[in-house]
Amino acid sequence: MTDLSHLRADFPILHQQVCGHPLVYFDNAATSQKPRQVIDALVHYYEHDNANVHRGLHELSNRSTANFEAVRKKVARFIGAEHEEEIIFTRGSTEGINLVAQAWSAQHLKAGDVVVITGMEHHSDIVSWQLAVERCGATLKHVPVLDDGTLDISVLDSLLATEPVKMLACVHISNSLGTINPVKEICAKARARGVATLIDGAQAVGHVPVNVRDIGCDFYVFSGHKMCAPTGIGGLYGRLETLNSMQPWHGGGEMIETVTLERSTYKAAPHRFEAGTPDIAGVIGLGAAIDYLESVGLENIQAHGRELTLYAMEKLNALPGLRLLGPPAPADRASLAGFTLACAHPHDLVEFANTQGLALRGGHHCTQPLMKRFKAPGTTRASFYFYNTQAEVDRMIDILNQAIAFFS
Amino acid sequence: MALSDDLRDLYQQVILDHSRSPRNHGQLHGEGCVHVHGDNPTCGDEIDVWVKFAADGGVEDIKFEGQGCAISQASASMMTVKMKGTDAEKLKGLIQDFRATVTGEGTVKDEDTLGELALLEGVQKFPQRVKCATLAWRAVEQAMQQKGEGS
Repeated sequence: MTDLSHLRADFPILHQQVCGHPLVYFDNAATSQKPRQVIDALVHYYEHDNANVHRGLHELSNRSTANFEAVRKKVARFIGAEHEEEIIFTRGSTEGINLVAQAWSAQHLKAGDVVVITGMEHHSDIVSWQLAVERCGATLKHVPVLDDGTLDISVLDSLLATEPVKMLACVHISNSLGTINPVKEICAKARARGVATLIDGAQAVGHVPVNVRDIGCDFYVFSGHKMCAPTGIGGLYGRLETLNSMQPWHGGGEMIETVTLERSTYKAAPHRFEAGTPDIAGVIGLGAAIDYLESVGLENIQAHGRELTLYAMEKLNALPGLRLLGPPAPADRASLAGFTLACAHPHDLVEFANTQGLALRGGHHCTQPLMKRFKAPGTTRASFYFYNTQAEVDRMIDILNQAIAFFS
Repeated sequence: MALSDDLRDLYQQVILDHSRSPRNHGQLHGEGCVHVHGDNPTCGDEIDVWVKFAADGGVEDIKFEGQGCAISQASASMMTVKMKGTDAEKLKGLIQDFRATVTGEGTVKDEDTLGELALLEGVQKFPQRVKCATLAWRAVEQAMQQKGEGS
C-alpha cells in the first residue's frame, strides 16, 4: 500500500473533532482540503505582493504580474499544453465549459448541427450545452451509459457516422460513478470526423496524470479547488488556433488592444478571454498547489487512490443491501465509491455519518439523468484523496454497519 | 459507540417505524379526490398525495405514495394518520402547528391535536431537513388550494 499518511501533517483542517469524533473527510470529489503550503502562499501574496496585474509600472505590480504569468506557464506544463497562451484562467470547470459553449458555439455552431454529450455528464456540461443548442437551433444528443458504468461507445460511433456532429463534450472522470473514460480514444474518433472536443477534467487534474496533447482534445477544463488550490480558480485549455478563431466572451479591461466609443480590437488568447481583474491570489494558490502535488508525485497519488478504492470497494461490497455503482474493476475507476443502501436513503445515511465525524455526500451529485438511469433517488458517495487512510475506510465501514443496524 | 442525542431525537423509534411501515399507503380515486405530486428535486424526495375532502373542507380520507428519506416518508405517514377525519378548522391549525414544530418559529396552539407529530421537533436541529419534513404537508396545502379553485 502506498503510504502517504505523513502528508496529513500538511493539512491543518484534518486535525479536528466533528461531533465529538475525529474528522474523517471523504467528500474530496466535492472539494479537496488545502495544505499549509497553499494557505501560506495566499497569506504571503497578500502580505507582500498584492497589486493588480498587467499594465502596472510599479514594483508590486511587476512582481504580481510575473508571479501570475509564471503560474500560467506552470499549469501549461502540468497538463501538457504546448504553449502557455493556451491556458485561460477561469473560476473553475463550470466557467470553462460555459466559455466554450458560448464563445466557441457563437462561431462554430449553427441550426441543424449536433452536439454530443454523454449520459454521465455533470449538470454543468449538460445545461451549458442545452443553452448553447437552444440559442442557435442545433440539437443535443447523448452517448448512453452501460450497466457497468462505462460509455456505450458503439452509439458514439454511429452518431459520429450518421449525424452532423460539431462538438463532443465528455467528462474525463465521472464524479458519481468514478468511471475513467477512454478520452484519448474518444477524441481520436471525433478528430477523424472533424468534430471538436471538450473534456471536463474536474475530477482528473491533480488526481491522475493528465496530458492534453496526448489526449488530443481541443478544449479541457479543470477546477483548482478539487486539487488542493483555493475555490474560485480553475483553468481552460484550448488549442491556440482554436482560441484565436473565437470572438471574446466577456468584455472589459485586460482583454482589449484599443477601444473607441464605436468599436474595439481584442488581444490574442489567453488575455482575450480574461476580462477584468482576475483572481490573482487564487492563481498564486493554484501555482502553490501544483508545486505541492508535484512534490508528492501524481503517480503516487494515483497509485494510492487506486489501492484505497480497491480496499474500500471490497469492504463496501460485503455490506448487506449495498449496491455499488460504476465499473467493478478498480483499475477502470477513480478514487470514489458511490453506492445505495437498501435500508437507508442517502440523506439519512449522511446525517447519521456526520454525527460520527464522517463527511460523506448524499444526493444526485449534479448528475440527475445518471441517477434516473440507475433508478436511484440518489447515492451516498465516499471520495478519497491522498491524505486519506485505510484506517479511515475501516472507520467508515464501522459507521455504515451501525447505520444499517439503526435504520433496518 | 454512543449515538448522539440529536440523532436519536431526529430518528425516534416512532418516526423510524412510520418510515419502515407507512400508514395510509396507496391511492384514492373517485369524485372529490384531489391528487398532488410534490418533490424536493435537490434531495430526490418524491411524494404523491390523494385527498378526499369532506363537504366542510375537512379531510374525509387521505393516502400517499412516495420515496425519499426517512424523515419525508415518516412525516407523510404520520400526517395522514392525523389528518384523516379532521374538520376544516382543525386542519388549518394542524398545518400551522406542525410548521411551528419543525421550524421552531411561532408557537404551537393545539398540542393535543398535534399528538405524536410533536416528535418531529428534532428536525429543528437539522435545518436542511425541514423541507423533507414538510414535503407532504406542502402537497396537502396545494390540494386544498386546488380544491378551492375547483369549487
